[in-house]
Amino acid sequence: MQQFFQQLSDGLVLGALYALIALGYTMVYGIVQLINFAHGEIFMVGAFGGYTLYHYVLPSSLPSGIALLLVLLVAMLTSALLAAFVERVAYRPLRNAPRLAPLITAIGVSIALQESIRLFYPNGSVGKPFPQLFPRGTVDLGGVTLTYVDLFVISLALVLMLTLRTFVFRSATGRAMRATAQDPDTARLMGVDTDRIIVITFVLGGLLAGAAGVLQGMIASPIDFKIGFIAGLKAFTAAVLGGIGNITGAVLGGFTLGIVEALATQYVPNGSALKDSFAFVVLVLVLVFRPTGLLGESVRSRA
Amino acid sequence: MRSLRLVRYTAPLLIGALALSACGSKKESGAGASSDKVVKIGMIAPLTGSLSALGLGMKNSADLAINQANKNGTVKGWKIQFDPQDDQEDPNTGGAAASKLASDNQVAAVIGTLQSSIALQAAPQLNKQSIVLISPANTNPSLTQGQTYLTTKKRPFASYFRVATTDLIQGAFAADYAASTLKAKKVYLVNDKLVYGQGLCQAFGTEFKKKGGTVVGTDFVTKDQKEFGSLVSKVKAAKPDLVFYGGQFPEGAPFAKQLSDGGVKVPFMGGDGLVDKSFVATLGTPTANSYATNVGAAVEDLPSAATYVSDYKAAGYKDAFSAYGPNTYDAAQVLIAALAKVLPGKTTIDDSVRAEIVQAVQATQLDGATGKVSFDEFGDTTNKVITMYKVESGEFKKKETGTFAG
Repeated sequence: MQQFFQQLSDGLVLGALYALIALGYTMVYGIVQLINFAHGEIFMVGAFGGYTLYHYVLPSSLPSGIALLLVLLVAMLTSALLAAFVERVAYRPLRNAPRLAPLITAIGVSIALQESIRLFYPNGSVGKPFPQLFPRGTVDLGGVTLTYVDLFVISLALVLMLTLRTFVFRSATGRAMRATAQDPDTARLMGVDTDRIIVITFVLGGLLAGAAGVLQGMIASPIDFKIGFIAGLKAFTAAVLGGIGNITGAVLGGFTLGIVEALATQYVPNGSALKDSFAFVVLVLVLVFRPTGLLGESVRSRA
Repeated sequence: MRSLRLVRYTAPLLIGALALSACGSKKESGAGASSDKVVKIGMIAPLTGSLSALGLGMKNSADLAINQANKNGTVKGWKIQFDPQDDQEDPNTGGAAASKLASDNQVAAVIGTLQSSIALQAAPQLNKQSIVLISPANTNPSLTQGQTYLTTKKRPFASYFRVATTDLIQGAFAADYAASTLKAKKVYLVNDKLVYGQGLCQAFGTEFKKKGGTVVGTDFVTKDQKEFGSLVSKVKAAKPDLVFYGGQFPEGAPFAKQLSDGGVKVPFMGGDGLVDKSFVATLGTPTANSYATNVGAAVEDLPSAATYVSDYKAAGYKDAFSAYGPNTYDAAQVLIAALAKVLPGKTTIDDSVRAEIVQAVQATQLDGATGKVSFDEFGDTTNKVITMYKVESGEFKKKETGTFAG
């Protein structure tokens, strides 16, 4: 039983990471009905942004707490700026194009970003050991052992998610976002600058992805140009599982996916080899019985 | 429902397309403008991607040997051109590189591969054309002794050779060290599901059980996996006193680190796939309790390797020669010696010439950088030395050199 709770906690850590990335997918989908397949790469570039700052800019005498804060901020900013840039250059010109066009563009952007890091980052095809800025050690919570890093990952993810929720449901900009998601034309008539709202959505997704990039580096160093692919795939699955377009759903989907993977690792013979299969079996089952995902709303047909 | 349907139909397509993004190719052309006839030595190795540090060390070492041979005119009347191909750590790409080299009628021999799984794709194609494939790094026994190597040994590829010894020796040597020196009784086996990792784990487990140890669990990691939290918890619950890992360092390094961070402080041990400086860099400080075996003796212990090391430095290559550099240099020497024996007087590289090259390689007796090089009836090296290393103060420190006698 103790082992069950141990795996549940490990699943939560992994799930928190998936959820942070999934939020970016789901928000963008909610606003512009685009599966932003470049989002995994935005996460990856964020991690590289943080790494670059630490490796090339920060003096090594800096206390690790401050360094971590700076790395986190720079990673978030890198991802946010990149997301805004990609929206401006790749997606906005296709705003009124058939839906497949931005989708294929997203794949193009994804490949371009991955290859840019591989080719142009110094020695980019080799994994980079991410700076370990958090004290190493474990805590025992009633038989469940978690590292300090694990606790930090869960806490930071929760704080960010709650902040996002407050922003979307309490602020004026958040209200404009929800209005744009419901009906962009009417929102525009009511004086909402929808282009600005769309950029803000991409930026928010980027901020979370950048933070996730640093967290990934902390729990799973080294980082390389390929980490965005798997993380993006898992987060996309989490977003669909939870009901794409739904913010709470993305978080729920992320945690569900993380926990399923952890439990499969433990309780299925040779589980590590099969955990991804189990994650996708759960996705298929949910989609069979709830085609809109766990918390998905019925999807509006848009002109 | 339109948009949701779109998601469902396009997702598999997109995933497939993204997987393709890993592909790409890089060409390099060798020199060779002279009145001499041209013979090519190919190479199949990972020149890009996470294992490229090893692959580039191989490429440079072969390049060094070939340049020296051309300068000295070792193969009379012929100029050797080097034709390295990138396998991108992918068996299909490696197989395609092999068929490309096999269809080139100037290619006399190929050096490679790094990974046993890729050799399994490349060797059959080159063997069909009687082109020698000589590996500095493959250790899976099935490549020379057939799929049924545990019961009956049968050589599958007459033109396949290697200067690295097999995992039957490497795994057993590691098991012996774990049981006798580290006094381990319970081992947890983890591998990466690839040919090399599985074979190494099997060889380790078999010998470890013979020594009276028990295997308390087995599990797997997936290529490119970086997060091992739940696997660490699973291993921890089984309370092993050694974790043995069969696989390469890109997955092995974060796994070792997360085991140590998660409180599994018992020794972590693996094979030659872990021996790279980025394994040590990923572990960070304080270093985990990690061991790895590598094929051959330590370079600093070999007086014969001193010239190679200084020549490599003098040539000014950007990348370090890494774990398989000396072996690759010797593999290239073997090929050059065979070409020097066979080619003078010949006009083209046809099937009979290639068959003669295979025979010449089989009969090799050479003093290489790693010691005496010769091959047994399976194409395996007769040099069966293994060295055990431990990660200490930021580098692999030699612990014990020897071989496994049974």
